[in-house]
Amino acid sequence: MEKRIATPISKDIACSLHAGDYVYISGTIYTARDAAHKRMQETLQEGKPLPFDIDREMIYYMGPSPAREGRPIGSAGPTTAGRMDKYAPQLLDLGLGAMIGKGKRTQEVKDAVVRNSAVYFAAVGGAGALLSKCITSSEVIAYDDLGTEAIRKLTVENFPVIVVIDCEGNNLYETATLEYRKEKDVEK
Amino acid sequence: MLRTINVEEITENIKEMCIEVNHFLSPDMKAALEKAGREEESPLGRQILAQLEENLKIAGEDMIPICQDTGMAVIFLEVGQDVHFEGGLLEDAVNEGVRQGYQEGYLRKSVVKDPLIRENTKDNTPAILHTKIVKGDKVKIKVAPKGFGSENMSRVFMLKPAQGIEGVKEAVLSAVEDAGSNACPPMVVGVGIGGTFEKCALMAKEALTREVGVHSNIPYIEELEKELLEKINRLGIGPGGLGGTTTALAVNIDTYPTHIAGLPVAVNICCHVNRHIVREI
Repeated sequence: MEKRIATPISKDIACSLHAGDYVYISGTIYTARDAAHKRMQETLQEGKPLPFDIDREMIYYMGPSPAREGRPIGSAGPTTAGRMDKYAPQLLDLGLGAMIGKGKRTQEVKDAVVRNSAVYFAAVGGAGALLSKCITSSEVIAYDDLGTEAIRKLTVENFPVIVVIDCEGNNLYETATLEYRKEKDVEK
Repeated sequence: MLRTINVEEITENIKEMCIEVNHFLSPDMKAALEKAGREEESPLGRQILAQLEENLKIAGEDMIPICQDTGMAVIFLEVGQDVHFEGGLLEDAVNEGVRQGYQEGYLRKSVVKDPLIRENTKDNTPAILHTKIVKGDKVKIKVAPKGFGSENMSRVFMLKPAQGIEGVKEAVLSAVEDAGSNACPPMVVGVGIGGTFEKCALMAKEALTREVGVHSNIPYIEELEKELLEKINRLGIGPGGLGGTTTALAVNIDTYPTHIAGLPVAVNICCHVNRHIVREI
C-alpha cells in the first residue's frame, strides 16, 4: 500500500504502517551513522542532552558524498543499519520514532520498535543519486569534525521508503524472502 | 628495450578513473541490471530494479555518484617488466591519483587512518594497491572502488580437502544467505578457490572485476558458476533483500593450485554498484 506521511511521526501514524507498505516521507529527518551514534551514546553516559530533540523524529543512517556547487547534498543513500543495533534500542526508548537504513536488525532492536510504537524503514541501498533528488536542504547541526559522519538536519520531499519492521513486530525481510524462496530446489 | 613512464601519468589516469567509475557503471553491469528488471518475478523487486536504472541515469547526467559510498579505492596494477618509472615513487603516484580524484570528483572520503582510533584521512587515501609484474612494456591499471556494505559480508573459509566441491557450494551459499539485505542485492559474487589464506581472498576480489557474463575458461568451473548463480537466485532474497528472484547477477570464480592439506575458499560479495574500469598505458 502507498502512503504519504510527514515528520515527526506520532505513535498513531507509526502504528498505521505495516511491513511492506511503500511510504513517501516529507519534512525534517536527521542523519547519523557509526561515529555520531558512538558520540551520542557517550553524551548520554555523561548525563548531557543529545544534540537534537529526538522525540518522535526519524534518524536516517546515511553519510553523504560532498555536494557540488548549487546543490544541497551529494549522493545520499542508506548505509547498513545493523551497525547501529548496539545504540538503537536506547534511542528508541528515549523517544526516537523511526529509523531509515537498509539491512537486518537484531531482536533487541525489533523489540524496542514494538515497545515504543516505532518503525524501521528501508530505503533502496545503492540508489544514492536518485534519493538525493528528494532532499531539498541539508545543514550540519552537530559533530562537524566527523565530516560525512556529522549529524545533518535534512528537509525531504516524498522520500521513498519501505516499511520493514512495523510496530507489531512484522519483519518484511523475513516474510518477503520466504515468498520467493524455492526451498526444495536449494540443496545445501 | 626499457620504456620509461613518468609516474605523473599514473596519477592522472587514476584520478580520471576514480571519477568516471563512481558515476558510470560498466556496460556489462548495466546490461545485467536491465535484464534482471525484465525477468524479476516480484513486483516490488521490479520496482526496485527500475529505481536502480533511474539512479544510474541521474548519476551520469547530473554527475552525482551512483552510491554515496564511493568506496575504498582498490587498484590493481600489472606492470610490464620492461617498464622503468621516473618522477617519484609509484605508490605515492597512485595515492596522489586517488587523492585528486576523490577531491575533484566530489567523492566521499571514507577512509580512517587507524582501524581502532578511526580518524578520517580526509582524502580517501591510502588506496589498496595490488601490483603484479608481467611481460612487456605496458602498464594495465584497474580501479575498483569497494563499498563496505557488501565488503563486511565477505568471508574466507579454510575447508578440508574432503569437503570438496560440495563444501565449496555450501560455503558460497551460506555467505550469500548471511549477506542478504545488508549487501545491497542484486549482488555480484567473487569467489577464490585454492592458493593460501590471502591468495584466495585476492582472487575473489579480482574475480569481481571480470565482466558479468564472461565465464571461467575451465569448463567445470564455468558449470559451477552457472549452478551457483541459479541456486543463489532461488534463495528468495531478491532486490534490496525484499524478496524476489534476482539475488545475484553473476558468480565469478577464480582458482589456483593449493597445498595437499587445504581447500581455501574466499567469497567477496559486491553490491549492484560493482565498479571496475581498466586502462592500459
